[in-house]
Amino acid sequence: MADLTKTFGSVRAVRGIDLVIAPGETVALVGPNGAGKTTTIDMILGLTPPDHGSVLVFGLPPAAAVRAGRVGGMLQSGAPLDHLRVRELVALMSSYYPHPLDVDEVLRRTGTEGLAPRWTTKLSGGEAQRVRFAAGIVGDPDLLVLDEPTAAIDVEGRREFWQAMRAIAERGTTILFATHYLEEADAFADRIVIMARGRIVADGPATEIKALAGLRTIRATLPDADLSRLGRLPGVASVDRHGDTVILSCSDADAALESLYRDVGGLRDVEVRGGSLEEVFMELTADELTADGLTADGLTADDTAPRATSTLEAAR
Amino acid sequence: MSAATHVRCEILRTVRNPRTLGITLGLPLVLFFAVAGANRHAHVDGISFPLYFMGAMAAYGAMFAAVQPGARIALDRSTGWTRQLRITPLRARTYFASKVLTAYLVALTSLVALFLAGTTFGVHMAAARWLEIGGLLLIGLAPLVVIGVALGHLLAPDSLTPAVAGVVVLFALFGGAFGPLFKTGAMLSVVKLLPSYWLVQASRVADGGGGWPAEAWVVIAVWTAATVGLASVAYRRDTGRV
Repeated sequence: MADLTKTFGSVRAVRGIDLVIAPGETVALVGPNGAGKTTTIDMILGLTPPDHGSVLVFGLPPAAAVRAGRVGGMLQSGAPLDHLRVRELVALMSSYYPHPLDVDEVLRRTGTEGLAPRWTTKLSGGEAQRVRFAAGIVGDPDLLVLDEPTAAIDVEGRREFWQAMRAIAERGTTILFATHYLEEADAFADRIVIMARGRIVADGPATEIKALAGLRTIRATLPDADLSRLGRLPGVASVDRHGDTVILSCSDADAALESLYRDVGGLRDVEVRGGSLEEVFMELTADELTADGLTADGLTADDTAPRATSTLEAAR
Repeated sequence: MSAATHVRCEILRTVRNPRTLGITLGLPLVLFFAVAGANRHAHVDGISFPLYFMGAMAAYGAMFAAVQPGARIALDRSTGWTRQLRITPLRARTYFASKVLTAYLVALTSLVALFLAGTTFGVHMAAARWLEIGGLLLIGLAPLVVIGVALGHLLAPDSLTPAVAGVVVLFALFGGAFGPLFKTGAMLSVVKLLPSYWLVQASRVADGGGGWPAEAWVVIAVWTAATVGLASVAYRRDTGRV
C-alpha cells in the first residue's frame, strides 16, 4: 500500500497509509471505531477504490488478485444465505475457487461439522461467525482478510476460533485481521499495526510496540492533589484520579518520581508498573485525538504526519 | 471452478422460498380455476374465455417469476452477500446469468402449469402452437426481468417487494390480463406500447398461427434495450464500479 487515501464527503477516513505486508505474516490491524480499519480493508479487497495512492496484492491490482482466487475474506456483515444449509454454503464458496480445500475437512477444522445440515439463517452469532470463517478459508486463499472476526463470539468460541486460525496460519497463508481486542492482537499476530484517525500510529511486533512508548504508570495515594500541576511535572504524559489515588502515565517515570518526592511530597502507597499494550494503545490513539482537536485542521496533516512516519520507522 | 454449483444453489434458494410457490405458481392457477371455471363457455375479445384467460394468467405468473431476480438481488445486497461475492473469483455475469436463468425456469414451470390447467377447461391446440405461445411468452418477459434487476439495485428489500408487485399488477392490468381494458380508440394504441399487452396476446395470435406482428417485436425490443440501459446505470451507481 502506498499513500492510500479515502475520503467520504467531509470525512477523511484514511489519510495516507504506507504498509508492506510480507507473504506468510499474520498482521493485526488495531484501532478505535472510525480509525479507518474497515475502509483500509475494503481498499485492499478492491471493494472501494482509493481516492489516491495504490494497493497491490501479490503484485496485482486487488480486483485481479481476487479474480485469480488468491484472496479470501470474512467481512463484518454478510454470508448467512437464506434457504441454504451450512454445508451447501461452504461448498458453494469452494466452487468459486480454482484450488479449494476439501469441504468436509474445512467443516471439521472450523468446528462447524455439527452445523452442516442447519439453515445458515438459523445460527447463533458465534456459530454464524464460524461458518463465515469456514466460507472464507475454503478457497485456500494466499491472503486471508478478516474484519473483526470475533466481534460476535463468546470467550469459548473465541478460543476455538483462534485455534482454527492458527492452523491456517501454519499453512503459510498471509493473514490480516482487524480487531478491537488488543489481547487477541498480542496473542495471535506477528505484527501489530495501530491505526487512529485514518493513519498508522504504530507498527511492529507486540513487544516493540509496548517498548515503543516506553510508558510506565505511577499510582500513589495523594489526597487533594492538584491534577494540572501534576500533569506539568517532568516525564508525566497524562494524569488521572480515582478518589484519593492519582495515576500518572509517564514517559520518564524516574524523573517524574524524583520530582513528585521533591516538589510535591506527601505521597503514600507508591506503585510503579510497566505499561500494558492497552495503555500504549490508549496513549497512541488519544495523542492523535488531542493533536487533531487542538490544531487547525489544515495544520494537522503537516503536524502529525512526520511523527506518524517516524513512529513507523522506529517500530521497524 | 464452475458455475454449476452457483446455479444449483440459486435454484435451491428460489424453490425453497415459499413465496415462489405461493405467488408465482399458486396465485395465477387459483385465479384461473376460479374465474375461467365460472365462464368456461363464454367468449371474450372474439376467442373462448378459457383460452384468453389461460394466456392472461400465464403472462401474469410469468411476469411475477420474471421480476423475482430483482427481489433476490436486493436481498443479497442487504445481507452483505453481494459484497462477499465480490471478493471471490465469481464473475458478475455468472451472478446475473444464474438469477435470470432461475427466473426463466420458474416462469416456464408456471406456464406449463397454466397450460395443463387450460386443457382441463377445453383449451386444445396442436403441439407446435403450445410451443409457439410458450416461446413468445418467454421472449416477451425480457424487459420484465431487466426491470427487476434494475429495481434490485435501486431499492432495499422492504420497498422492493411492493414495488415489483405493483409493477407486475399494473403491467398485467393495462396489458389486459384481467380482461381487455380497451377494445378500440387511442387508449388501445397506448396499451399496445406495453410489453404486457403482447404477452397477454401471445396465446391468441399463436393459436391463429403466425405469432406476433412486427409491432410487437419492436415494442419488446425497445423496452428491453431501454431497461438494460437503466439497469446498467443502477448497477454502476450501486457498486461504484464503472
